[in-house]
Amino acid sequence: MVNKATKPTDALIGHDAWNIQLDKNGNLKHFLTTEGLGSEVLTRILDTAESFANVNEKSIKKVPLLRGKTIVNLFFEASTRTRTTFELAAKRLSADVLNINISTSATSKGETLLDTLQNIQAMYCDMFVVRHSDSGAAHYIANNVAPNISVINAGDGSHAHPTQAMLDMFTIRRNKGEDFGNLRVAIVGDILHSRVARSQIHALNTLNTGDVRVIAPKTLLPVGIESMGVNVFHDLEAGIKDADVVIMLRLQKERMQGALLPSEQEYYQLYGLTEERLLAAKSDAIVMHPGPINRGVEIDSNVADGTRSVILDQVSYGIAVRMAVMTMTLGREPEADADISKGRTEGDRK
Amino acid sequence: MSDIIIKSGRLIDPANKIDLIADIQITDGKISAIEAGNTIKANENTQTIEAANLTVIPGLVDCCARLREPGLENKATIQSETLAATNAGITTLCCPPDTDPVIDEPAVIELINQKTANSGRSHVVTLGALTSGLHGEHLSEMHALQQAGCVGVSNCRNPVESSLILKRAFAYAATFDLRVFIEPDEHWLSTGGCAHEGKIATRLGLKGIPVSAETIAITRALELVAETGVSAHFGRLSSAQGAEMIARAKNEQLPVTADISAHQLHLTEQDISSYNSACHVIPPLRTQRDQEALRDAVVNNTIDAICSDHQPHNIDAKQAPFASTEAGISALETLLPLCLRLSQQTELDVSDMISKITNSPAKILGINSGTLSVGADADICIFDEDEDWQLTDDSIHSHGKNTPFLGWNFQGKVKHTIVSGNLLFSD
Repeated sequence: MVNKATKPTDALIGHDAWNIQLDKNGNLKHFLTTEGLGSEVLTRILDTAESFANVNEKSIKKVPLLRGKTIVNLFFEASTRTRTTFELAAKRLSADVLNINISTSATSKGETLLDTLQNIQAMYCDMFVVRHSDSGAAHYIANNVAPNISVINAGDGSHAHPTQAMLDMFTIRRNKGEDFGNLRVAIVGDILHSRVARSQIHALNTLNTGDVRVIAPKTLLPVGIESMGVNVFHDLEAGIKDADVVIMLRLQKERMQGALLPSEQEYYQLYGLTEERLLAAKSDAIVMHPGPINRGVEIDSNVADGTRSVILDQVSYGIAVRMAVMTMTLGREPEADADISKGRTEGDRK
Repeated sequence: MSDIIIKSGRLIDPANKIDLIADIQITDGKISAIEAGNTIKANENTQTIEAANLTVIPGLVDCCARLREPGLENKATIQSETLAATNAGITTLCCPPDTDPVIDEPAVIELINQKTANSGRSHVVTLGALTSGLHGEHLSEMHALQQAGCVGVSNCRNPVESSLILKRAFAYAATFDLRVFIEPDEHWLSTGGCAHEGKIATRLGLKGIPVSAETIAITRALELVAETGVSAHFGRLSSAQGAEMIARAKNEQLPVTADISAHQLHLTEQDISSYNSACHVIPPLRTQRDQEALRDAVVNNTIDAICSDHQPHNIDAKQAPFASTEAGISALETLLPLCLRLSQQTELDVSDMISKITNSPAKILGINSGTLSVGADADICIFDEDEDWQLTDDSIHSHGKNTPFLGWNFQGKVKHTIVSGNLLFSD
């Protein structure tokens, strides 16, 4: 018998699915994940951010690039730093900004995510900046918004936090130069739950970083993490040996509950970054942290506040990187055949 | 009830090892004659079905289908799903006890039987709860459930925390020769998970369900099967290791059988990589390697039956980010097509494949069905093995349109379904 059964969805499975981030001209339409974007796109984000970094240092910190555009910060999960820097970035680009904290609003009244989206969409906006506790939420939203709306992922579950990863790349580039090929970057801590780590790993590998390492006890490493292109270490000093960049991740207090770790004390003993331990890294190594930091848990105050720390620079660069992503996604040439009148895409049903 | 003659079809009846061109006569709801050579003559009351170039098989027996009634009638009803089953060639469905209310007392079985009779389509048999309310604490009144018609008992995926209670439940079921139906799951390892624990889940940031959630549960159950002597059926296997453990148990002559859902034989974890919530199923889709091992297990009879694991949902249930969507596929109408596809893709010959969806599940359920023997109830499926068709939203009769197979092209289409001697579907 001839096999006639065919599977038309093959083309949509796997990496092609990430192409919803790009429009027909190959320009960034949504920014959902650092995965699946070429180094030229990531480099363009960094270059654009570089031009905005200067704006932020001027006394009048405003450019009119997105005047008349409406950006909605849709936060389904609490955030201070990320939301604030997105808001500042939008305002410095002269866009109108609306902040909506859904965790305390609509969904608690039983409204579905899709209904919430359609309601806000009916208010004529141009961009959603979304944070949600579910992995894949930003993809879901991008697949279900009107085609004229861009979606930026401000963190979805344990999946991705691409603007954080790009501001980290920006920080590394400012400190270590454009060639990532000779760099050794070590990411330390709760990789299992970290969307930041996943996005950093994709971005670092796309930018051809020489050696990307993750360092954690086995309980905080997801199965198959090596397949994302990292070298795995369980010992902090061995892992950060001769590193150019050491990225510390926040350890959530609730990790003690699910028997992932015995105590903060033991974690600090094994994985807390102290000045003494940092000696294993290169003498000019920089120390990064996406924040908020737990002093005395994953990082010692002397290191967090020390000369190697670029933690506060990361926060400042965050504004420039988010300005870059916003202008790249909203400042695109309109697509000739974009059907703006259409309420929803069929994307989620393909 | 008029007589029916099915003329010149290719009869495949695995139970009797029959594969030949013949005529079937149906009288008073039973198969009254099977003869090759045009010897059965019609009278004026006879309805004739021309089956030349068609394949005539026993009506399909689906050993696991959620009909959503009672309890979730907004998703589907016994009426809607038995209609969909009939149109898909499935003449008997087995409904697990996790309805609302739970099937832990005879009244619920009577309700289901009544609704099924009112619908007048495919037959529905029920499994009773292994423990009261499926809470895993007190034994259900298994004897009463058996008297009311339950063909076995199950705790579905609800945990029985205490191994002592599980052992006693098995022993009590064995007292009445009731088979226990086990959906192997160690809930401590699976709770909150929505994907196979592995590369894809790691990349997508989804909480994984390890293979050990299945194998630990199988190990515990097998030890208790050995001690109590209860007959056990393991449903919805998902892993190579799980299948291997069943093979070993069968080798040791333990009274065990197993099934798998058809979708596990055609999809893998790769299919969720774009957060396709239609592929959100529990147990999760696992690796290519698992799929290959499970296909082998079907071919070598480690896995006795293939079921739909039908779980119809309304549209909202799948409209959310992946982890927040409800698990399950509306699968009645792809059971036969996916099985035909399997035999096209593997060494499983058509007769052996048909056995997995007819006499073999019937035997597991202990029902007198799934065969074309003279004297048997006339539950018959007639399909065209060459007809090409595409699964579309409109072609689905189930209330649930939640299937990842939308848009797939299949070869082999149901043309007629006869339930208890009544021709209930013709395409």
